[in-house]
Amino acid sequence: MAFDREMKKFYTDQLEQIREGNLYKQERKILSAQYADIDVEHPKGVRSEGIINICSNNYLGMSNHPEVIIAARDILTTRGYGMSSVRFICGTQDIHVELENKMSLYLGMDDTILYSSAFDANLGVFEALLDEDCAIFTDALNHASIIDGTRLCKAKKIRYANNDMDDLQLKLEEERDYRIKLIVTDGVFSMDGTVAKVDKICELAKMYKALVMVDDSHATGFMGKTGRGTHELMNVMGEVDIISTTFGKALGGASGGCISGRQEIIDILRQRSRPYLFSNSISPVVVGGVLKVMEMIMHSSERKEKLDRNTQFWKNGLQEAGFILTSTQSPIVPVMLFNAKLSQDFSKTLYEEGVYAIGFFYPVVPKGKARIRTQISAAHEKHHLEKALDAFIKTGKKYGILGKSREEIIEMYPISDKL
Amino acid sequence: MDEMKDVVLKYVINEYLEDEDEVLTYETPLISGGIVDSFSMVSLKRFLENKYKISIPDDKATPEAFDSVTKIVKLVNEFLK
Amino acid sequence: MAYSDKIRNIYTSTIDEIREKGIFKQERYIHSSQAADIEVEFPTGSALKKVINMCANNYLGLSSHPDVIKAAHEGLDTRGYGMSSVRFICGTQDIHKELERKVTEFLGTEDTILFPSCMDANAGVFEAILTKDDVMISDRLVHASIIDGIRLAPAMHDTFKHSDMAHLEEKLQLHADKRLKVVITDGVFSMDGDTAKLDEMVALCEKYDAMLFVDESHSSGFIGKTGRGTHEKYGVMGKIDIITTTFGKALGGASGGCVSGRKELVEMCRQKARPYLFSNTIAPVVVSGVNTVLDILSKSTERRDKLEKNTEFWRKGLTEAGFVLKDGDTPIVPVMLFNAKLSQDFSKALYEEGIYAIGFFFPVVPQGQARIRTQISAGHEIHHLEKALEAFIKVGKKFDILGKTKQEIIAKYGQ
Ligand SMILES: Cc1ncc(COP(=O)(O)O)c(C=O)c1O
Ligand SMILES: Cc1ncc(COP(=O)(O)O)c(C=O)c1O
Repeated sequence: MAFDREMKKFYTDQLEQIREGNLYKQERKILSAQYADIDVEHPKGVRSEGIINICSNNYLGMSNHPEVIIAARDILTTRGYGMSSVRFICGTQDIHVELENKMSLYLGMDDTILYSSAFDANLGVFEALLDEDCAIFTDALNHASIIDGTRLCKAKKIRYANNDMDDLQLKLEEERDYRIKLIVTDGVFSMDGTVAKVDKICELAKMYKALVMVDDSHATGFMGKTGRGTHELMNVMGEVDIISTTFGKALGGASGGCISGRQEIIDILRQRSRPYLFSNSISPVVVGGVLKVMEMIMHSSERKEKLDRNTQFWKNGLQEAGFILTSTQSPIVPVMLFNAKLSQDFSKTLYEEGVYAIGFFYPVVPKGKARIRTQISAAHEKHHLEKALDAFIKTGKKYGILGKSREEIIEMYPISDKL
Repeated sequence: MDEMKDVVLKYVINEYLEDEDEVLTYETPLISGGIVDSFSMVSLKRFLENKYKISIPDDKATPEAFDSVTKIVKLVNEFLK
Repeated sequence: MAYSDKIRNIYTSTIDEIREKGIFKQERYIHSSQAADIEVEFPTGSALKKVINMCANNYLGLSSHPDVIKAAHEGLDTRGYGMSSVRFICGTQDIHKELERKVTEFLGTEDTILFPSCMDANAGVFEAILTKDDVMISDRLVHASIIDGIRLAPAMHDTFKHSDMAHLEEKLQLHADKRLKVVITDGVFSMDGDTAKLDEMVALCEKYDAMLFVDESHSSGFIGKTGRGTHEKYGVMGKIDIITTTFGKALGGASGGCVSGRKELVEMCRQKARPYLFSNTIAPVVVSGVNTVLDILSKSTERRDKLEKNTEFWRKGLTEAGFVLKDGDTPIVPVMLFNAKLSQDFSKALYEEGIYAIGFFFPVVPQGQARIRTQISAGHEIHHLEKALEAFIKVGKKFDILGKTKQEIIAKYGQ
């Protein structure tokens, strides 16, 4: 150890720069369970109750559904708290295998392998399947975990413009000579709420003999007619070779993720994928909860339908009020504000009105595209959304942006990434 | 030249061989033979740079150029001039 | 999609190769909670068998301890099941902060940041705190997750021979001109059960102006007089700049990990570590359990003391019976068999005797160093260990290796 004054200063300076660049991330402490409304301590020492949460990934409202809690309680009693082992030593219970089978059935895939998180799933999938003679075609807006997974893999990485099928085709045309080619995309892009053209991707994949991988973390459980994901939405079930998804969002929100896919691919991952081989098994209590979530959504699409209705109501309400939205096709509904400081101020005012939603700005989204990202949940009741809408309208009026065009807003709040 | 060969050979043996009985010659493939992984190449490069007061640009420090003691010595000599 | 026959064949033949090499990994399904006694379905489809588990990381026997279960139940009731958010959006509860504070106190550091797993902590920490002007110098036997973290970091990487302090010093000299230097080691090495010489490493780091990183996954909770870890054992608490550890082993075994250390380094992780920024927060039910685990451990050393006694009993029993062990005093007790096939057959025979322990062989351990790795728990009672010892002796006799030296065993079974 030699954490001397010089090193300390080195890091203190960097942190200062992050603050000055307004990139400093600050947590708000939640004092309740995750619901449509929550109790929050923010700023430090100030407690507010009944804040409407409109920025969680709790799309189906399962994070604290009473039936899920009961299932988790039961499993705690019968299968314990932790496994203290990786899967292949002594960390596999019958319920882990049961969950894998359920996921395969639900997603319409051959087999499934669980990971501690979807982050880890994406971290471990590429290296296990592809070597330096292979190529990965990756969407420019793919999630950080996919980027890290591809960084750990020796295959050639080829980026194509976001959801741009012409560009993808061009790249596939240019880069032909690889043993295995894999196209990878997020199913729903989390910053815009747009859906990847998975149907077109599958078509191109057939033409150019490539595998298709979709990360449906923001889709599994609620996109498509029965909620199976973007492959159902786009009518290509059975044509996607690899799906990665998370239990950390719609499917209960506790933790864990998985890769679902062709039999041989899952078999290889079980032999070679590092996060599976070298990290602890998902805890039984979490598995118990997800099993219940899966049982519920396989049985009925009631919650997904409620989510759809809520999303429609919310989008209509915002649009009628005169907000500018992205061309979202999902419960991710970004309200465009363009100016970074405006997005921060807007979020602050909303919080004063009892609504919790976060501003996103560069570098999380491109320059000049700052926004408030709202995420709708089946846990929201009409009254939550009505109250949130009132707060948005009130705040929108305050900043004088209702009914204004993009150009008008930018004129009032010139684009700058300074806060 | 031969002196340099022995210096490099000795370093590789000390640094990378786990099994003392293994025989290493000037021509033994180091990287393609799995004795030095691409990670460890970095420290080998650094050792050479420090020892011979040279600087090997990254685009010259290829696995091929590092694949045997003979090749390494050839590379180092290029930069000694 | 183009999952052609060509692609299928590529993967099928890879799997066949793995099978032929005899390194195919097969899961055994457990139908009970994790404990000293478990019920196992193995091979798949066969009737359940009650066996003694000798290979879990459940060192303190807390994985299904009633107090921990009770705390998890309460956590479920008051803070729910999932958070459905990353930490900095809406995924931080008061109990997450409480856990960070408790870990900081327990490890004797300045601050702590939680990650979904220690794998993620290791994968994210180096990239968050280092640049291309820096160097990472790691022990050659560090855990796979550290290797992945190193691979993701922009800094230069070099290694030193396992626990070889002279070699480490050479490397520190070689890289003297780098802006920041980090020396990286596991506290307890999981395959051999030996400990890193942290006192010597601290001295070297001070001499050469380097930071010290220690992964305490196999030590937190039970190594050192009050179980704080390897840094306590070597009298260097407060001198480790970065500690990573897991809640997935001794500390309840559910999931989660953390980076604990210098305040500024932890803060850098909060701003930049990708698995922290881009992966879900730890589930409240899990956090509640770990909070209680740390309360239990801070109050009394009873469980680690029992683990120590169990470990002594087990090491002594095996040594007296004539097995070749790896030296050490941690609850990781490798029984050396050298030959890969022997280690698998031995494991199978043990299982028939009602003992669950796994054979490890290349590439998990070096060629010719195959072994059964046993791991002792405070959840074991003496009667478990006695029964396990009997089984080991019986199987040892069957394969005729008791009292034999390394050379004799190798002569008999090959390497
Ligand atoms: C030394 C070491 N570090 C990290 C890990 C990973 O911990 P986790 O299971 O929390 O990902 C392990 C466990 O396998 C380990 O042995
Ligand atoms: C597209 C995508 N993939 C993967 C992840 C990571 O999921 P997890 O929280 O299970 O690590 C996320 C969540 O942040 C995501 O949005």
